[in-house]
Amino acid sequence: MIAGIIGYGAYVPRYRIKAEEIAAVWGEEPDRIISGLNIKEKSVPATDEDTVTLAVEAARNALKHSGIDPKEIGALYVGSESHPYAVKPTASIVAEAIGATPNLTAADLEFACKAGTAAIQMCMGLVASGMVKYGMAIGADTSQGRPGDALEYSASAGAAAYIIGKKKEEAIAEIIDTYSFTTDTPDFWRREGADFPQHGGRFTGEPAYFKHVISASKGMMEKTKMKPEEFDYAVFHQPNGKFPLQAGKMLGFSSKQLERGLLTPIIGNTYSAASPLGLANVLDEAKPNKKILLTSFGSGAGSDSFVIRTTDLIDKKRKGITPLMDYVNDKQYLSYGLYVKHRRKLKSM
Amino acid sequence: MWRRIPERYRMAGSLCENCRQNFFPRRTFCPICRRKGKIVDKQMSGKGKVFAYSLVTAPPVGYEGEIPYILAIIELDEGPKVTAQIVDCKCDKLEIGTKVKSAFRRITEDGDEGIIYYGFKFKLDK
Ligand SMILES: [Zn+2]
Repeated sequence: MIAGIIGYGAYVPRYRIKAEEIAAVWGEEPDRIISGLNIKEKSVPATDEDTVTLAVEAARNALKHSGIDPKEIGALYVGSESHPYAVKPTASIVAEAIGATPNLTAADLEFACKAGTAAIQMCMGLVASGMVKYGMAIGADTSQGRPGDALEYSASAGAAAYIIGKKKEEAIAEIIDTYSFTTDTPDFWRREGADFPQHGGRFTGEPAYFKHVISASKGMMEKTKMKPEEFDYAVFHQPNGKFPLQAGKMLGFSSKQLERGLLTPIIGNTYSAASPLGLANVLDEAKPNKKILLTSFGSGAGSDSFVIRTTDLIDKKRKGITPLMDYVNDKQYLSYGLYVKHRRKLKSM
Repeated sequence: MWRRIPERYRMAGSLCENCRQNFFPRRTFCPICRRKGKIVDKQMSGKGKVFAYSLVTAPPVGYEGEIPYILAIIELDEGPKVTAQIVDCKCDKLEIGTKVKSAFRRITEDGDEGIIYYGFKFKLDK
């Protein structure tokens, strides 16, 4: 074990829009979208929510679950592609809101949808070296697609926070090892100051998502000498509801291993929070000594893979959890008109 | 605004150790005990109940995008009363005495290019 998960917390905003509601506005066939992307509905933030507020809610849930003193957090990183400020960190606002200031290091990270898992790796290194006692890694996003773009059906909002520590006896899960795979791939980008991202159509599937997710997952399993059938759960980045199932199949995982960690069909793609939220949903139900493969993906492009094993403590600390499904099931649907207001899209159309 | 970040972000309050009265916002002086008072920091739990509420349909400048919204007086479990918005809730779910808990939200912003002000609002405590 390199490090352990001492506590975790999730947050998903209360509002949803159905794929069929978006499809109707653009004259698309709803069934084609729903079956093509495997997305029924997605989460939408309230008008007063952003990446900072989502990150704070997840961080507070993680703190409550861990039971640690926030002053013992020595590092806090927030991975996101929708930080509210171009210059002024999300991380310092979150640290202040949870009472972790001033004796800590903090920074914002950006690597499309994998900045949250990059934050986990940085915290692992800091706690393993003894530089800090606990690190908090957050993946949070309130992402948007250009109106009418395919991304409009998937880009959603959510946050997941993980408190990473070194002591095995405090961990609800051990992070056995990690492995990453990174290349310069022009599959998806957003230039500074641009409101919406662009994607290089032919680069999005094979050479980007699949190449990196498969390579990182294979590398991770080779490094730990593990096979797909030895895992109880596998969680992959989920830009839509189809890609992770295909990647799992290519690697030799069954759909049963993937089921619990697949949330995009019901909340959309929460970007930096996507695979971390999938892991949170697995941890919400996992019994002790269950093995989990987690592989993120961020455009540009890279994947971070992890082998995680739950400990006996996971059952004992279950009471402190605010289950992710409590947020997923407590929902209110928006019409497209209200959705536009929520996403402040009017000026950009 | 900046000096009051601990209050706005995480409801940091005060306690008078002499009369055991809680204060929010923070105080440096106990109005009950006066010179005998002994003020220390006290973290509010963020939990409370609705004391009074109204639906705002004609908002002040800066809140136009949010109408209609619910503005309420919340009686905190620790005793003090605060005025704040109740979010993610429709008025028909609300009564005097309904339990609420704090939520971290955007309060307002200085236009598109200015600073964003964050702080507590409340939501139903289910
Ligand atoms: Zn007093």
